[in-house]
Amino acid sequence: MNASASRIARTLLLAALASAIAVGCTKKVKEVPPTDTGASTGTTTTPVDDGGATRPGAYGPNDLDTDACLRNRVVYFDLDQDALKPEFQATMACHAKYLRDRPTARLRLEGNADERGSREYNVGLGERRGNAVSSALQANGGSASQQTVVSYGEERPVCNEAGEGCWSQNRRVELVYSAK
Amino acid sequence: MIRIARRLFLSFFLLAPAFSASAQSRGGLEIDIVGGNAAALPIAVVPFGGNAGETDVDDIIRADLARSGQFRTLAEAGLPERPTQGSEVAYPTWRLLKQDFLLVGRSVPDGSGYRVEYELFDVAKQQRLLGFALTAPASAMRDVAHQISDAVYEKILGVPGAFWTRIAYVTSNGLGRNAKYALMVADSDGFNPRTVVNSTEPLMSPSWAPDGRRLAYVSFEGGNSAVYIQDIASGAREKVASFRGINGAPSFSPDGNRLALTLSKGGNPDIYVMDLGSKHLTQVTNHFGIDTEPTWTPDGAGLVFTSDRGGRPQLYQAPAAGGSATRISFEGSYNASPSVSFDGKKIAVAQGAGNTYRIALLDRSLGSPRWSLLSPGSLDESPSFAPNGAMVLYAAREGRRGVLYAVSADGRVRQRLVLAEGDVREPAWSPYRKR
Repeated sequence: MNASASRIARTLLLAALASAIAVGCTKKVKEVPPTDTGASTGTTTTPVDDGGATRPGAYGPNDLDTDACLRNRVVYFDLDQDALKPEFQATMACHAKYLRDRPTARLRLEGNADERGSREYNVGLGERRGNAVSSALQANGGSASQQTVVSYGEERPVCNEAGEGCWSQNRRVELVYSAK
Repeated sequence: MIRIARRLFLSFFLLAPAFSASAQSRGGLEIDIVGGNAAALPIAVVPFGGNAGETDVDDIIRADLARSGQFRTLAEAGLPERPTQGSEVAYPTWRLLKQDFLLVGRSVPDGSGYRVEYELFDVAKQQRLLGFALTAPASAMRDVAHQISDAVYEKILGVPGAFWTRIAYVTSNGLGRNAKYALMVADSDGFNPRTVVNSTEPLMSPSWAPDGRRLAYVSFEGGNSAVYIQDIASGAREKVASFRGINGAPSFSPDGNRLALTLSKGGNPDIYVMDLGSKHLTQVTNHFGIDTEPTWTPDGAGLVFTSDRGGRPQLYQAPAAGGSATRISFEGSYNASPSVSFDGKKIAVAQGAGNTYRIALLDRSLGSPRWSLLSPGSLDESPSFAPNGAMVLYAAREGRRGVLYAVSADGRVRQRLVLAEGDVREPAWSPYRKR
C-alpha cells in the first residue's frame, strides 16, 4: 500500500513536471513566430488586406496557383453517386482552410453530371454533388456563407465521347473562386 | 407476317442557323424509314400540275404522309398517269396499282402568291372525299403543303393531322466553357429553322404555351439557372423564376394560366406551380428526393413528374394543387422525362436499363398498364408527343452529337432529323397552330 502510494505520488510529480515543461515549450514556440514573420515578410507584405492574411501559414491568393493541394479544383464522382470519395479529403481540407484564411473569398461549386439519362434529373444530381462538396468544406471549417452551389447538370461536358472514360470526367464538381 | 422493309433516303433541306443568311445552304434532313407498317394505307400523291414557285408541294405531302407511318406512298416513278384534277382520274388504273386513295392537285399564280387546288379520292368507292383550294404567299407554300397533309390525314383516319405544327429544340456547338447554345424553332419536318435565343451559357427545357406563340425555357445566362417566358415572334421575354438553387423544367398548364416548374430554393428540388398572373407559388411536392420534370395531365388537375424518392428515378402523379404523390411506373429501373398524350392515355418516357436508355410508352387506357418500346437506344431521351398523339419526337446520340428522331406512336416508323453540325437535343412539339 505504502509503496504504491509513493509510486502514485512520484508519477503525479513527474506528470506535473512534464506538463510544466510542455507549457514552457508551447509558450516558447508561440513566442517565436511573430518575430520571425516580422523579420521575413515585413518588407514584402503590404498589410492593406485583412489582418488574417499576414498570419503565418495562412493561404494567400497566390497559393491558388502555386499550392499543390489548392490547385486541385475538380472533384470527381462515381455513377449516380453524390458521396465524396476519400481521395478528395485532402482537397477539401486545404480549400476549407483557404476559406477560413480568406474570409472575403467566395467559392462557386459547379455541379455536373454525365450525359446519360434525363437532363433535368441530372441538374438535380449535379446540385446534390455540389452540396456534398459544400458539406465537406463546412465539415472542415469552411463557412457556408462563402459558398454558392450551381448545378449545370449535363449541359457543360468537358468531353462528348460515349463511354466511361469520358463520362467519369463529366461527373464532377468544379471549385471556382469568384473572389479570391 | 409480311415484313416490308423499306429504306428511303430523301435529302431535304435544313437550314443550319449559322447559314440561315444563305437560302441555298443545305444541311441534311434525312428521312430514314425503318421497319414498315403492313397496315399502312396505300395512297398515290400525283405530282401537282402548274407550279408553286420553288416549293414542291406534292413532295412535302408525300413525305408527311410517309413519315406518319399510317400511309404508304407510291413512288413518283411508278405513276402511269398524272391527273391533276378529278375529270382526268381513271379509277381502274389506281385500283390496278392497289391504291386505296389518290390525291391530285394543281397550283396557279395568284397575286404575289399561289392558289393550290387539291382533290382526294377513295379509289374503291370511286368517290371524291375532299376538294379545296388554298391561297397563300410564295413564302408560305410549305405551310400550304402541311395543311393539305393535315386535311388528308384527318379525312381518312378521323384524327387531326399534326404536320402543320412546329418543333422547338436546343442546339450546342463546342465543349465546356467555350460552348455556344441556341434555342431554335422549326417546322415539324425540320425545315425553316429560326433562332429564338442565342447564348454562351446553357439553354434547356423548352416548353410551349398552349397558344403556340410563347416558349418557356431555362437559361444560365445570369450565372445560375432561371426560367424565362418568351414571345417567339417579337422576342419579348420575362424572367419568371430566378431563385437560389435550381430553376428548371417549366411546363405550361393546359389553360396557359399556370406554369409548373422545379425549384430547389427549399433545399432540394421540389415541384411548384406558379400562377402566371400573380406569380404566386404553390408548392406541390415536399420530399428530400429529387422531384422534377412536371408535366400536366390534360384536365389541368394533375402533374406527372420524375422523382427518385424510391431510390431511382420513377414517374409519380400528384394533384396540381398539392397532395400526396402516387407512383405510376413499375417497370424498368429508370423512368424519367414524361410526356403525356393529349387524351392522357399514354405517357412517353426515357427508360433506362444499365447503360441503355430508350423511349418507352406507357399505355394507361387499358385495364392494366401496358408498356412498349419506341426506340432502339442506346442514349435516347426527351420524348415529346405530337398534339394528335400519333407521333413522338425524341433525342438520340450518334457518336459525339445529338440528333432528333420522330417515331410513330406504334413504334413502326422512325425518321431522323440531323443538323449539318453541332448537337441537337430536347425537342418539344408545339400545339396545333391557329390559322
